[in-house]
Amino acid sequence: MNPVIATLLILLISIGGFFLAKRKIVVAGSEVERGRPYALPRYYGYCTGFWSFVPAIILFFILLSTIPTSNFTSWIALFASAGLAIIITFFASSKISPNFRARNHVEKWFRTIIFIFSVTSITVTIMIIASVVFESVRFFDKVPFTEFLFGTHWSPQTAMRADQAGSSGSFGAVPVFLGTLLITFIAMCVAAPLGLLSAIYLSEYASSRVRKWVKPLLEILAGVPTVVYGYFAAVTFAPFLRDMGDIANLTISSESALAAGIIMGVMIIPFVLSLSDDVISSVPNSLREASSGLGATKSETIRKVILPAALPGVMGAMLLATSRGIGETMIVVMAAGLAANLTFSPLESVTTVTAQIVTLLVGDQEFDSAKTLAAFALSLTLFVVTLLLNIISMVIVRKYSEQYD
Amino acid sequence: MTNSENPYIVRKDNPAHKRLLKRKAKEVRFQSYGIISIAIASLFLLTLLTTIVTEGTGAFFKTEIKLSILFDEEIIAPNGDTSIEALAKINYVKIVRNSLKELFPDVKKRKELRRLYGLMSNASELKVRAMVEADPSIIGTRSEIWLPASSDIDMLMKGNISRDIEEKLRRVKDNQIAWVDKIALEGNLRCKFNTEFFTNGDSREPEQAGILGAMIGSFFVILVCIGVAMPLGVGTAIYLQEFAPKNKFTDIIEVNINNLAAVPSIVYGLLGLAVFLNFFGMPRSSAMVGGFALSLLVLPTIVITTRNALAAVPPSIRDAAIGLGASPMQTVMHHVVPLAMPGIMTGVILSIARAIGETAPLLMIGMVAFVADVPSSISDPSTALPVQIYLWFDSPEIGFKEKTSAAIMVLLAFLIVANAVAVYLRNKFERKW
Repeated sequence: MNPVIATLLILLISIGGFFLAKRKIVVAGSEVERGRPYALPRYYGYCTGFWSFVPAIILFFILLSTIPTSNFTSWIALFASAGLAIIITFFASSKISPNFRARNHVEKWFRTIIFIFSVTSITVTIMIIASVVFESVRFFDKVPFTEFLFGTHWSPQTAMRADQAGSSGSFGAVPVFLGTLLITFIAMCVAAPLGLLSAIYLSEYASSRVRKWVKPLLEILAGVPTVVYGYFAAVTFAPFLRDMGDIANLTISSESALAAGIIMGVMIIPFVLSLSDDVISSVPNSLREASSGLGATKSETIRKVILPAALPGVMGAMLLATSRGIGETMIVVMAAGLAANLTFSPLESVTTVTAQIVTLLVGDQEFDSAKTLAAFALSLTLFVVTLLLNIISMVIVRKYSEQYD
Repeated sequence: MTNSENPYIVRKDNPAHKRLLKRKAKEVRFQSYGIISIAIASLFLLTLLTTIVTEGTGAFFKTEIKLSILFDEEIIAPNGDTSIEALAKINYVKIVRNSLKELFPDVKKRKELRRLYGLMSNASELKVRAMVEADPSIIGTRSEIWLPASSDIDMLMKGNISRDIEEKLRRVKDNQIAWVDKIALEGNLRCKFNTEFFTNGDSREPEQAGILGAMIGSFFVILVCIGVAMPLGVGTAIYLQEFAPKNKFTDIIEVNINNLAAVPSIVYGLLGLAVFLNFFGMPRSSAMVGGFALSLLVLPTIVITTRNALAAVPPSIRDAAIGLGASPMQTVMHHVVPLAMPGIMTGVILSIARAIGETAPLLMIGMVAFVADVPSSISDPSTALPVQIYLWFDSPEIGFKEKTSAAIMVLLAFLIVANAVAVYLRNKFERKW
């Protein structure tokens, strides 16, 4: 039995209940001597409909998930829950009377529902942590924690069978972490100056007409999907860089950290731009006026007054942008390499945490080898690091922002 | 400086004048840094877009060759049986090959014949089959039909395979080029709009691969995403903004939502993998699971934008409603939410636009599988547009390169439409209080 059809059927019964109850109250309300009903008739309808729908649908899914599914049992589940819905409908519509506080009842329930909705966000967090931590714990059973954090050799390919001569797999994640840091560092070298300077120009110098056109233009960069950046980096930009390197007598790998990093930086520019734009424009005008009044030029005002005042916010923005870069996946999957080289050279190929997660997990359905579990350990690290960066940036902004009002 | 001079005019030999010049030059320099960085960023955008467009436009066209096809009775209906079942079993390759042999009767060697057959796509055989099955009465007749060329020939005609490189390194051999040039000279070769690109599912053959499957997959993903994320997100925002008491618990929820907004998207993919696939046992590679994962991904964004929209409604509206005897719930649902609706919708549309382009979580839950069929429900295995781009990018055949760019163009077109709708809504319904 299709759950969608069952849901629709129960919904239909509840809608019937809605009209039944509404009708009853309208009739009762027209008998003037009994007094006007407490609430509008539709609230009585909502009550009845709600009370017949929710228990029935819960019953249906409980039945469906507990009893073994066959065609027959799912029909039973459907009949049981539809029957429940009908019984409640008649019971409720016979119980309601014009004196019943129907609106308060409905409002209370609606409030409860949106409260439950708002708790979902916590559930999501718990699910994330649970899904990552459980598998990571299994991984750390097989590979010691210290080897993972401090080992310098990463080659996750394990032998498929016991008698195979393949590598046994080594899970020292330092090269992966360093690769991530290298690419993110290159990205921030691109994004931080370009984003910040653009933000300064747009908020301090540009006329409102220029601003109106240029800001959305740069925000297009934020709207371009990362898979497109990845394609551009791998197919156009990396070969271009390699050719440039040939001219300059440099050997640049075609999967160099430089190509992936620069394109990632371009992707982050609008992020830095809009965050620092907000921060800069929240510096009160009195500071600008005071500085101008003392004879400073505009650039002196910006560098010596506005930027120091906005510094905590700008720092927070940079940290957020860094965390965005660390978590970025598609660009590095497509444009960075897979070999875990322990190098600081931006011209060589390095791999990142996210790229490793994708290569380790895509296509695999079994979660018992150290290889697939390693992906969960990597993502635990990723989750913790991005969370920390986020929290640090929040703390910086809260603690060091000057209060001007 | 003497008294007769105006003390406010700084003379050129005055050191203050030099300093002033220096400071002004610095000013100009600083301003130009800003312009330069904006220019660099715009230049990147421009290069990105022009590269995609110039590479991808070719995929919207395909090369076709006109062949004189004999619907040979001996091949199609050797026993005279023209029922649908009998026709379905016939191999139509021979018909196309015979027609090619007729065109170039002097090709005899086996190796050369194989190259000759390589001019046409497998799809040409399918087209002949479809024609015969649609109308069995054409058996035994001869007609001239435009049939799709193979991907290699297509690439050659579009200039993506250069004629100048050495034959050994070239996928299209010299005699193939000669044949094609002869066909073209006789006017039997044309470049036509590639409707199959929009009506086919994915394929291993570049010339037959289309984007419909991915588009439908994306559509289902977005449908599920809107269905889950919008009620959840808007409900959460209404609760937090309008009803939540100020206590520790709501503080935790708020901080938590802000943190969720910064969680990398791939982590949501792992969540989908571990929770939806492994724990709840939902169908792998399905649009449903993709939609769930993406809805959790966009949830924080929707909550934050909705809260901003609700906060922008001035308190006077609430006071007026309360003053007229509305309950708090009525105030919110009848007045505040409708007034904030344009802002809420803009936020939702922008989040959905982000979800359309999201790839990494979908890779994690297995939507990266090769799916040739167009999915027909949310629980069917499917791909999505960005994943299709990634898959084609990963394919070694040169024919897929322009397909990748073309798919990117389609994806960007969807995003532009979504953003345009959001901007329109914002401009049309935005109110200044």
